[in-house]
Amino acid sequence: MTGTLMASKKLAGIGCLVAGTIMLAGPAWAEETVHDPHEGFNRTMFAVNEGLDTVLVKPVAQAYDFAVPLPAKASVGNLFGNIADIRNVLNNALQGKAADAGNDLGRLLINSTVGIFGLFDVASELGLDKHDEDFGQTLAVWGWAESDFLFLPILGPRTVRDTGGWVVDAYTDPTWYTLNKSVAARNTLVALRFVDVRASLLPSDKVVDEAALDKYAYVRDAYLQRRRNLIFDGSPPRLEDVLD
Amino acid sequence: MMKKLISLVFTALLTFPALAQEAPDVLVKRVTEEVLEIVRKDRDIQGGSTQKAVELVDQKVLPHFDFRHMAALAVGKDWKKASPGQQQQLTAEFKTLLVRTYSNALTSYKNQKIVYKPFKMDPGDSEVLVRTEVIQPGSKPVQIDYNLKKADAGWKVFDVVVAGISLVTNYRDQFAQEVRSGGIDGLIAAIAAKNKSLPGGSAKADGK
Repeated sequence: MTGTLMASKKLAGIGCLVAGTIMLAGPAWAEETVHDPHEGFNRTMFAVNEGLDTVLVKPVAQAYDFAVPLPAKASVGNLFGNIADIRNVLNNALQGKAADAGNDLGRLLINSTVGIFGLFDVASELGLDKHDEDFGQTLAVWGWAESDFLFLPILGPRTVRDTGGWVVDAYTDPTWYTLNKSVAARNTLVALRFVDVRASLLPSDKVVDEAALDKYAYVRDAYLQRRRNLIFDGSPPRLEDVLD
Repeated sequence: MMKKLISLVFTALLTFPALAQEAPDVLVKRVTEEVLEIVRKDRDIQGGSTQKAVELVDQKVLPHFDFRHMAALAVGKDWKKASPGQQQQLTAEFKTLLVRTYSNALTSYKNQKIVYKPFKMDPGDSEVLVRTEVIQPGSKPVQIDYNLKKADAGWKVFDVVVAGISLVTNYRDQFAQEVRSGGIDGLIAAIAAKNKSLPGGSAKADGK
């Protein structure tokens, strides 16, 4: 497959070590069964979250989406995107992706200065593409390929690995710690980011509601596929075909 | 006049065989651009008319999809347990579900740009991946990939992958769950019930 080929070429260029880790992890990916031993707990938490979302989170996100003009929303998205580039630089480096780390460091520097504290994503317009990485992905590249699925209220779908990764990411995230001299400012930023993320998901709500036979399973499997895609930097090997 | 006509006929003759073997990346680009061109002009679709969006998809997109292949991919291992008749029913119901739910996406189209990623294939390839990206102001680009397989009638799409999420294999576990509890017929009934519950699912004859 073209995708696999591109992926392996890219990886080979970056370092055989990383490629080797993924190859070793290979057979486990091909399994069809989903890793969800905590399904009972997860489904309960999913229901709790759906309730919270209906009465609180979604209305707030809808109000935000309606009231804030597009340029301002774009700036909010860019601001948090710029903060996330710190995490991207670190995790690209931890995964041995030197070129991507350098690229994302360039993004961070350009957007923090020319882009006025990250309000404008100048780097993307200059052709510096973003590489989404986080510590959960780093752990996967290091060999923790499969992890139990976990659904937590507010935090949403995760795996055990990615929950741990998320905690580590928080330590490299200035939103959480450099502003902790003012708890109010920190909380405002964290809440704003949360609302911004939820608002960006509004258009897909209807699709998921209509497409899913079982919403919990649909969300879970979509999350796991998405993570797998991110771990393989957009070119995961295809699962084998069953037809004929 | 005559000259023009002759040259027109010649062009048609020359392009026709080319069209029949249209390269997969060219096919994806042509169909996408044709569809978006219509959406940009159609106020009904922009205004949220699912019915119109479904009609457009029916006419322009579906001929290039292999729904049997898609259904098999979504059902997974259990596909081989299904009789030819059941496979036909599964294909039909799954097609309705996919078309209904994802045609709606067209109604939220607003000036997004599609970028077609560089495409490479070997002459002998019978399966390829065509990669595109949707660019929209103020949000992250969304990756949309099409898996195509070569058939006698040209290349056919058998999977669409949005941001890494396959719209087809994402059903695998849900479908397996239905088969475990109600067999293949249970699965067919579950998809059919879902289709009926969707807006406009029971009848399109009510004239709106």
